Parts: sequence; structure tokens; C-alpha cells
Amino acid sequence: MIANKDVLLNVDNLTMMYGERVGCENISFDLWPGEVLGIVGESGSGKSTLLQCISGQSKPTSGTITYDTRIDGKQDLFNDMSESERRFLMRTDWAFVHQNPRDGLRMGVSAGANIGERLMSVGARHYGNIRNTAEEWLGKVEIMAERLDDLPSTFSGGMQQRLQIARNLVTSPRLIFMDEPTGGLDVSVQAKLLDLLRGLVQDLGLSVVIVTHDLAVARLLSHRLMVMQQGQVVETGLTDQVLDDPQHPYTQLLVSSILQA
Amino acid sequence: MSKILNIKNVGKSFTLHTQGSLEIPVFKGIDFSIKAGECIALTGASGAGKSTFMRMIYANYICSQGSIEIRHKGDWLNLVAATPHEVIDVRCHTLGYVSQFLRVIPRVATLEIVAEPLIATGVAKDIAIEKAKSLLARLRIPEHLWTLSPLTFSGGEQQRVNIARSFIVDYPIMLLDEPTASLDQANRHTVFDFIEEAKKKGTAVIGIFHDQEARDTLCTGTFDVTQYQV
Repeated sequence: MIANKDVLLNVDNLTMMYGERVGCENISFDLWPGEVLGIVGESGSGKSTLLQCISGQSKPTSGTITYDTRIDGKQDLFNDMSESERRFLMRTDWAFVHQNPRDGLRMGVSAGANIGERLMSVGARHYGNIRNTAEEWLGKVEIMAERLDDLPSTFSGGMQQRLQIARNLVTSPRLIFMDEPTGGLDVSVQAKLLDLLRGLVQDLGLSVVIVTHDLAVARLLSHRLMVMQQGQVVETGLTDQVLDDPQHPYTQLLVSSILQA
Repeated sequence: MSKILNIKNVGKSFTLHTQGSLEIPVFKGIDFSIKAGECIALTGASGAGKSTFMRMIYANYICSQGSIEIRHKGDWLNLVAATPHEVIDVRCHTLGYVSQFLRVIPRVATLEIVAEPLIATGVAKDIAIEKAKSLLARLRIPEHLWTLSPLTFSGGEQQRVNIARSFIVDYPIMLLDEPTASLDQANRHTVFDFIEEAKKKGTAVIGIFHDQEARDTLCTGTFDVTQYQV
């Protein structure tokens, strides 16, 4: 479970404006090693904007994001680090799993190449080793090895999503950002993915920030929850406490609107 | 034996914002404490708030007032004011809870689900798996089911998986919400044995037991929540 008290990612008073419009406002939180933080809220509540900022893809209007890097210790993402340093972080220590796998995959190259590309970006050069690692990761995400040389466009949506996860995890990142990773998947594939993610968090001690509108997914995966509405965090706390004894009117509405399967 | 849980002046009310901010007071002024090795049954009619009180102790429900001091890793910690990370740590090492429902990720093997809380405390996986096997065997879950997800099991079997999952860790405090409700005679007695063994190791048990036999054989005292209703 949660490893120690050294904060891996600190977000302090982050605000992102799109002109006059608020993307997200005054957001602060800590993420610990081995911790899964769920972000829930309706569409347009600023979840994805927040994820874009804290993963270094968009510079926030104000506020800081501090990450504990392996080599240089705590670094302010936009003030201490250069664009190229951020890019290096994103393809090594970090991973970003997009809601639409097509946004996270290179559709014009084979499944094996999709995995191998990230490996090569951190210095792997031996073709045989890269191929073996790619094959091993296809196995972990339950894609048959014989599909290694096929294009992702020949895969089903669920397989593409699993391939995207394999591509992201092959470099053993410490922090994964996920934007609705189970969004468009049918339930059997969703269960497979949840199982896979749970195993990786438990075995590798990954930290995860997961944006989802599925409260059942949030309950099963995350230790803590942040509830967002209109760009603000309206409630935060232990996952089961937020879901079972919600305090804020919006959270109560959200929880009471779940359909019982 | 010394106190390991000390509850002072605790109260709880729910505010339903979706229904015109309707205020529903539940409890006020609860004082309660338990010592290591004791087993106290919460009593009161159905709907009196026994499970609610238990969830307050587990920090699943937020208390509106008062303090819940728990002995955690040698120090006292007030759960009402604790941070989420502190509560997670307390639940990992100090405070176990057997709820009436099993909530797990689909497709995960029963054996792994039972072993997981022990692995989370830092115990090696193979040791945790061995202990999970012995608990499942004692609770008469057939061995050929261990690799399947418990979501395919009967209600009674799921309940036993839930019990195994909690008793795999030697928590100093255990909360049991009707642990024997849907069990047959033989398995009920096995659960009684688990509780007796835990008490001997110094675990303080707070339980909701509907069967009289459980209260008579296991409990060192009772606590009627009715007196604190608002």
C-alpha cells in the first residue's frame, strides 16, 4: 500500500483560466508513493483540465506543481524544468493513459513497435531484447503474442486500450495519469483492466491519478477521492467516506444518482 | 488489560441537501471504551443505529462532534480529526472491519483477495497466501473454488471470504457487523473460534450479533446504543 510520507507530487493553489473562463481553480493536493487518487465529477467540471496541467501538458495560469524526480529531487514542473526535461519525464517516469486509445497510440506502426518505441526512447537498442519485452507486456495485458506485428487499427477498442497501457507501463513509470481509462469499454474488458491496474499498483507501488465518472471504478481503485464541480474541488477525503457519507450537496446528488446494477 | 479505544461525547447527524437540507440527528453524547481482549456486543432494535455507530468508529461516517481515540502503533490518535492517510494506516494495521457486503474487483481469485490485507501490512506474498489457504480451509470453502472470483459464490460463501479476509491480519481492534448472519451451524462455530482466538491474542472485538448464542458465548459486555439516540 502507501509506502511512506515523502510526497511524490505536490499541487499548490493551481488555477487554469481559458481567457475569462475558469478551467479549474485553487486546487491543492499531495500524492504519496503507492497512492491512487480518484477525481470524479460531471463533464465540464475541470477534471481533464486539471489532469492536463499536473501532467505537464498545459502550463497553468497560476500555482505550482512539484514532482520528486529520481535524480534531482523535488522540482517545480514549469519553473525549474525545461521543456525537454519535462518531455523526458513524460516518457520515462510518467505515463498518460488517454480515454481514447488512438490519442495514446501510434496507429501507423505495429503493436510491438508501439511498445518498443517507448523503450528506445530511454535508450534500449538491442532489437531482440526490445521484441521480447514487447511480447512479455502483450502477455501481461492479455493480448496474444501473435498480434505483435499487427497494426493497432486492426485491434478492438478494448485491445487498443490495453495496448496503450502496455506501451505506457513498459518503462516502469512511477506515476500514471489516467483520463477515463475504462470509459468506452464493455464490462468484461473493464474488469480485466481494473484487475491489471490493481495488480500493478500493488506489485510495483505505482502512484495513480485517475479521472473517472464511474463511482464504482473509483471505489474499487482509489484510496482517496476529489469531487469537482465547475472547476472547484468541492469535497475531498477517504474514498469510502466520500461515497458513503457525502457532505457537499453536489456529492450527495452524484452518489444518490447511481443506478443499482 | 489497558484501554485501546476511547470514545468521548460522539454525535452524528446527516444533512440531506437533496431534500431541502433536511437535518436528521442520529446520536449525541456517546461515551464508550474497550480494553484489549474484551468483546462487546452493540445492542438495540433494528434501525437503532448499531451499524451507523460501527461505521463512525471505522471513520466511514464522519462524526459531527466528539472524539474517537484509538491506540495506533503505540500512540493515541483521534480518528475524528485524523487525515485520510492516517485513517488508511490505522485500517491497514490496527482496525479491522467485517462488513455485511463483499466489495471486490471482478475476476480476482479468492485466495488473492483473502491474502491482500496481510500483504498490505508488509508480509511476504507466499506467507500471506499460505495463511489465506488455512483460513479458507477452516471456513470450509472447497479448495477448487480458491482460484475463482468470490463474486460467483453464494451469499454464505461470500460472507466467509469476507471473514477470512479480515481475520488474516491480527488487528488489535475488530469491528464485526453480523459476521455469522448467513452461516450454517458448523461455520458459525468456526467463526466463534476465530473470535475467541483473536480475544486470546488481545484483540478487542466490537460486534453486532443477532444470535443469542454468539452474545452468550463470546461477549464480555453489551452496549445499548438506544440510550444515545436523539
